[in-house]
Amino acid sequence: MTLIAVSLVYLVPVYMTVITALKQPAEINLETAWALPSTPYWGSFVDAFNRMFPNLRNSLILTVTGTLLSALLGSLNGYVLSKWRFRGSDVVFTLMLFGMFIPYQIVLIPLFQTLRRFHLYGGLPGLILTHVVYGIPITTLIFRNFYAQIPTEMVESAAIDGAGFFGIYSRIIFPLSWLGFVVVVIWQFTQIWNDFLFGVTLTKHEWKPITVALAYLAGGQAVKWNLPMAGSMLAAFPTLLVYIFFGRYFIRGLLAGSVKG
Amino acid sequence: MKNRRDRLIAVLVIMPSVILLGIFVYWFIGRTFYISMTDWGKEAPLAVNPVIHFVGLQNYKELFTGILNGRFRQDLVNTFFFTVLFVSGSLGLGLLLAILLDREPRGEGFFRTLFLFPMSLSFIVTGTIWRWLLAPRGGINVLPKLFGLPPLGFEWTSSRTQIFSFNWQDLPRVTALVVAAVLACLTWRAVRRGRPRRAIIAGLCAAGLVAWYIWGSQLVPPALPYPEIHGFNLAIVGIIIAAIWQFSGYTMALYLAGLRGIPTEVREAARIDGCNELQLYRRVALPMLKPITLSAVIILGHISLKTFDLVFAMTGPDHASTDMPSVLMFVKTFRGNQFAEGAGIAVVLFILVAMVVIPYLAWSLRERSSL
Repeated sequence: MTLIAVSLVYLVPVYMTVITALKQPAEINLETAWALPSTPYWGSFVDAFNRMFPNLRNSLILTVTGTLLSALLGSLNGYVLSKWRFRGSDVVFTLMLFGMFIPYQIVLIPLFQTLRRFHLYGGLPGLILTHVVYGIPITTLIFRNFYAQIPTEMVESAAIDGAGFFGIYSRIIFPLSWLGFVVVVIWQFTQIWNDFLFGVTLTKHEWKPITVALAYLAGGQAVKWNLPMAGSMLAAFPTLLVYIFFGRYFIRGLLAGSVKG
Repeated sequence: MKNRRDRLIAVLVIMPSVILLGIFVYWFIGRTFYISMTDWGKEAPLAVNPVIHFVGLQNYKELFTGILNGRFRQDLVNTFFFTVLFVSGSLGLGLLLAILLDREPRGEGFFRTLFLFPMSLSFIVTGTIWRWLLAPRGGINVLPKLFGLPPLGFEWTSSRTQIFSFNWQDLPRVTALVVAAVLACLTWRAVRRGRPRRAIIAGLCAAGLVAWYIWGSQLVPPALPYPEIHGFNLAIVGIIIAAIWQFSGYTMALYLAGLRGIPTEVREAARIDGCNELQLYRRVALPMLKPITLSAVIILGHISLKTFDLVFAMTGPDHASTDMPSVLMFVKTFRGNQFAEGAGIAVVLFILVAMVVIPYLAWSLRERSSL
């Protein structure tokens, strides 16, 4: 009983979003905010999609590229830090992890300056680079803990059979890592898609990601709320889809970020 | 056997990441510290080689005592209340949900999915939705009307009410009193557990602080040359609610994993000893969940200190009563081109977060090497 009551409270924002997005602009009224739309009206979605199409495209390019690159880097780093440990590798790992916790404001000004100097400011390549670099700590962490479960004897015996660093990676580690990749890809996909701070400070207007477009769509004065609500649903759609289909792995990533191995 | 060549390759493979993080994290942090001690922003701030002079701690002095920077000081107060209420709210609600789900009700998977889905959303989406829900003349406020009750009158993010107001000049004295109270609690605990030395040290420190509060505080110049009132802006409550909505599923997942990790035998033993359900959770489960609570406090605490997106989406970057240091840093730097002052705010924010995170990382490094 309590559970059902709590879930209803959790669903209130969802209900409000959906009904508002489906109303005609003229039908939106503070007094009747909770009423169902008289007839569902899909025009707001079309309108929001048309307005935010370039941003959706930017976010898609950004997210897919950034996710794949940081997953690959994380996998190699995790492999080194779990199977090829060297003197001081634990310290290096901890120093890398620190990058995951910093408030990004502390690097924002030099980052902005550096990207400008290398003509990477304003477009997607600079933003992708930023996301890949600041994604290294978490992807390395997840892969390192994941590879720690692969028995070291397997690596040793392959080494005796004459396999080198990359031989072991491609023959043993990589084929066993699909689960690690699923967790990391889902995590990074969600993170990069949902990012706002880097998007709002490091890109010029035409390359803004979807979150920035949504913030400005909703932040405008005298806005009719059907549009931001439809926009929210569009912006939430990809990550929500990922969550619904791969929720189990999303939770793994979530817990990996907090329970240290 | 791993040979030397492969060991070298391993180090070479990880090198690019180490170098990139060295530059993008450690070098940039150092740069920001340096920038915060310059006057960058006065002349041609956006030039490729801007004119910069070293000014020492001038910017910090300006932030903490300058008459124009009252907004920054209020931001610190806002962050404090936001963090305390958001973290405790998320922990409490998350624990409650975890306990409800721990009894394995029907449809557990469904409820778990439901409570966690806000975590997959962007703060911007959450903020946009809650902005509409908390509209002063609509949304939540008119909900009671559906049941024939009068509407609520709370203005949410537009509220101008401030409670727990205090004079910034009194900050050192108030802090002393709060620390003294904490030390007094520690003393009491040490006495009860029969630890005389610890009790005496904590007790003396507490007494010293109280004495300083009563007699000594006139000896130190006040924190500000003029009175300035700050307090808890009720406008933040709406943002706290939205943040809890988004994050309580996360604490639920953490606690649920912890509760599931408690062996059945322990529960059975507690039940045989006559524990009822409530006592079981309070006396047995909660102490066992302590490490999880600690992790959750660190994670949520550092997230809440750097909250930016949510405030931006719910009230925009120029809404003083819900402002946070992260937002002010953005406004100063990227709107006002006050790079040095922006860097100063970033440094303060960084120090706050580091105070939370560094002990935690050191602790987890120790755990790791002891394995």
